Amino acid sequence: MKLFRKLVPWILLAFAFFVLPEILSQFRLNLFGRYFSLAIVALGIDLIWGYTGLLSLGQGIFFALGGYAIAMHLLLVTKNDFTTGANGLPKFFENYGVDNLPFFWEPFWSFPVTLIAIWIIPAVVAGLVGYLIFRNRIKGVYFSIITQASLMVFYHFFNGQQKLVNGTNGLKTSTTELFGMIVGSDDAQLLLYRVTLIILPFAYLLCKFLTSGRFGDALIGIRDDEARVRFTGFNPVPFKVIVFLVAGGLAGISGALYTVQSGIVSPQYMAISMSIEMVIWVAVGGRGTLIGPIIGAVLVNYLRSLVSEALPEAWLFVQGGLFIFVVVLMPDGIYGWLTKGGAASMLSAFGIAKRAKTYPSLDLDEQVNLEPKTITPK
Amino acid sequence: MELVFSQLLDGVSIGSVLLLAATGLAIVFGLMGVINLAHGELMMVGAYVTYVVQNLFKPLGEGLFQLYYPVALVAAFFVTAVVGVFLEKTLIRKLYGRPLETLLATWGVSLILIQFVRSVSTPMVLGIGVTVILGILVNRYLPKKIKSRPFAPYLAGLIWTASALLGIVTISAITGIGNRALNKPWFGPRNIDVTAPKWLQGSWGSIAGIELPGIRIFIIILSALLLLGVAWFLTKSVWGLRIRAVTQNRQMSNCLGIPTDSVDSITFGVGSGLAGVAGAAITLLGSVGPNLGAAYIVSCFMVIVLGGVGNLVGTVIASMMLGIIQSIIGSGSLLIAFPDMPKVAAAVVEFFATTSMSYVLIFIFIIGFLQFKPTGMFPQKGRSVEA
Amino acid sequence: MPTPILELQDVSVDFDGFFALTDLSLSLQPGELRSIIGPNGAGKTTFLDVITGKVKPTKGAVSLRGESILGLSEQKISRLGVGRKFQTPRVFNNLSVVRNLEFAAAPNKTPFHLMFETLTSSVKDEVYRIMDYVGLAPYAKVEAGSLSHGQKQWLAISMLVAQAPDVILLDEPVAGLTDDETARTAELIKSLAGDHTVVVIEHDMEFIRDLGAPVTVLHQGQLLTQGMMEEVKADPRVIEVYLGQSDDH
Repeated sequence: MKLFRKLVPWILLAFAFFVLPEILSQFRLNLFGRYFSLAIVALGIDLIWGYTGLLSLGQGIFFALGGYAIAMHLLLVTKNDFTTGANGLPKFFENYGVDNLPFFWEPFWSFPVTLIAIWIIPAVVAGLVGYLIFRNRIKGVYFSIITQASLMVFYHFFNGQQKLVNGTNGLKTSTTELFGMIVGSDDAQLLLYRVTLIILPFAYLLCKFLTSGRFGDALIGIRDDEARVRFTGFNPVPFKVIVFLVAGGLAGISGALYTVQSGIVSPQYMAISMSIEMVIWVAVGGRGTLIGPIIGAVLVNYLRSLVSEALPEAWLFVQGGLFIFVVVLMPDGIYGWLTKGGAASMLSAFGIAKRAKTYPSLDLDEQVNLEPKTITPK
Repeated sequence: MELVFSQLLDGVSIGSVLLLAATGLAIVFGLMGVINLAHGELMMVGAYVTYVVQNLFKPLGEGLFQLYYPVALVAAFFVTAVVGVFLEKTLIRKLYGRPLETLLATWGVSLILIQFVRSVSTPMVLGIGVTVILGILVNRYLPKKIKSRPFAPYLAGLIWTASALLGIVTISAITGIGNRALNKPWFGPRNIDVTAPKWLQGSWGSIAGIELPGIRIFIIILSALLLLGVAWFLTKSVWGLRIRAVTQNRQMSNCLGIPTDSVDSITFGVGSGLAGVAGAAITLLGSVGPNLGAAYIVSCFMVIVLGGVGNLVGTVIASMMLGIIQSIIGSGSLLIAFPDMPKVAAAVVEFFATTSMSYVLIFIFIIGFLQFKPTGMFPQKGRSVEA
Repeated sequence: MPTPILELQDVSVDFDGFFALTDLSLSLQPGELRSIIGPNGAGKTTFLDVITGKVKPTKGAVSLRGESILGLSEQKISRLGVGRKFQTPRVFNNLSVVRNLEFAAAPNKTPFHLMFETLTSSVKDEVYRIMDYVGLAPYAKVEAGSLSHGQKQWLAISMLVAQAPDVILLDEPVAGLTDDETARTAELIKSLAGDHTVVVIEHDMEFIRDLGAPVTVLHQGQLLTQGMMEEVKADPRVIEVYLGQSDDH
């Protein structure tokens, strides 16, 4: 039984890899490809929020940086009428009269460099931002507020810089070419779908490695009682910088995969709302578990597609309601609710399943023990 | 000199708007530890209340119309305060002591408020009415026997879901009648415009040859008055005393007979009401829309962090500072004031001389500032600060 | 006289005009067991905060083995061999008992050691020895959060022992314990003294007498008196601060 439970995620993965492309339309499959790539950024958020207790509202920065990296590479190496301007550079440069490629884009001619840049640039930026924040023992809501402010720095910067990154318009990748295929084509999208499904388990295993051992214990310690960790002789700063850096790198990979599957990267990826939504995927799925964020990212985004297709105006209501519902009534998320016996207790409330005779957890609960032995009913 | 003065005035008035917006947030954050991301949307509600009041005054003739604005200010305060109290009683109350959770939940509230303003129409209001009345009545008149059963909470959830579905059915039924005037959204997703009364438009005289635009001066005076009012309320009034008592020791206050529940509601209500007034003031500066809140919320939090949480003086200084920096950098007027600065400096000034780039500079400045003073300009001290 | 292991000289702590400690001087010899008592607000916890680096004194010197530890971070002081138990038992509720102890016992405290290094068997044996000693062995795999209050107190003290510091600072180690548990904790603490320098802060006078160690009395941030329990108890100033038999007020 235990083995079976361990196997379920891998069976589902194989199902998604081999069977879904056969049964879903190209349009749906592409959507699922996007959901799975978003699951990667959610894993990173779970690492820093669920395990380490740092609620970052700025993951959009790293997500978008990864997207911009791959998009610029594709725009540079593709030479066709849709994307290339008269001066041999991506077309948008022409509109602003830019004749020389800005120096920082030069490395992106190379594919290997780009593949590394996708995760290493966001990771380094995250590490730097993280170090500056953690060094000063800024935590809790202040950390959240400052990551959000950092997000606004990047948002406004990318919006304001037409000559460097095409401002509000962003970079379009759908007409570029990858391995001789147009990126927007069905073949390329199927390939990208499968690439996403190969990367996702690696991201999962990386997070598993980080959270299951003694390093993971330290993260949980920092989340539950950071001062205690200090007094035990650990400096929490490098721990936090490392997880924030890893989460940033994962966000970059996620952003790159999302960009090539949605066909565009724009400063909208760094809007406040996008980054907060990422957090709610994790909350819906179940923070502090590694399956939770994947479930959450896929489910919430699937729901979004369904609702938006049927009744576009209703989505914000549904999403807002979801935020409130999860925070107030389901703090452990779907996966946490299931594993902590939520479903069983619901069934037993309706008399369908049997109630447990005693409550072993209550016997150990100090609050309960402290209560007077005779509680008189009202 | 004139240029510098007028830029300063501009900056102070931008700062005053920030101050108006941030004061309510500072109260809620500093006194209750609630991160209210819906604060910007409460401002938006205040702006729409102003719009509604204006439209109500329009048929009353030119003379009375001039008086609509003070009425709108009061109405904006009370409507948003009521919304705030409702939020506190239904949602925020469940989340005290968990600031990160309040952050996420209030973001959900803000999404709902935005979409509500965009699509509110008569059928929708009727539908919501049906849902609320059904939900409350059915849950209330449920037989006691059922209420005591273990599945009662789930049942209540089901009843609410069913009522909501009935509400949606009501909406689509009424919409289905096809009365265009009835189905029309009240506001729609587009921006709305508020006309400032005549006495606010134009100039209020001049100092040393510089015009004093009435609207800006009015906002500066309004924010100063409100700040004084808030300071008086918190330090001198009975409720202010209670609020501060609860902030410092909730259990002790409870034992002393202070109604902590009402204190919470009033604190949150006042904070929200101030947001409403801020929203009403913003309508004077240009057209406003459902997305108004997003533009202010991050700046407001920056003001609070920079000034130091729970310190009104810090809030004032921080908002003025940000306002002035934004106005001077964003307009690029440094280049005009100092035409012969070195080339490198000129290039830097030009680089940041747009509204969005001035934000970049301000946020970098704040993050840099926090490297040296992580707790803001006026931090709280003592053993209790870091548990 | 040998160098004291821990020494405070004229330490004052000023919280915006409120002096939590005033010109406090105190020194401890290696292996010593010392009790500290004092009414509420006497500055007992601030005294520990100063030693462990949580609060920086406004003036004065703090030295460990003759070297100043002023201005060092909490983790550095901890690594130099000062361990602390807090007023409430602070353990990591979401980790099992054995993982709590292994975390405290980790010889290398950098992220990379935790990621790639496994604990040596000698450290693991030590962890099990400690668990056996305090009777937590049956609960090794239980999450610390579900332990009883007394068990948490012991786990917190055990974590200190596992950390192997030279100086152990215990803030109210028997608060909320039963009489039986209190007696056993006294035994435990007495057995720690000698190998370690132990400072105990308590309100429970019975327990302090059981320890049979020299007592230091703090009052309003100042050192009031020092001596054995019987002498201290007879001191009229001590009686005054505890019972308020003064006519001045």
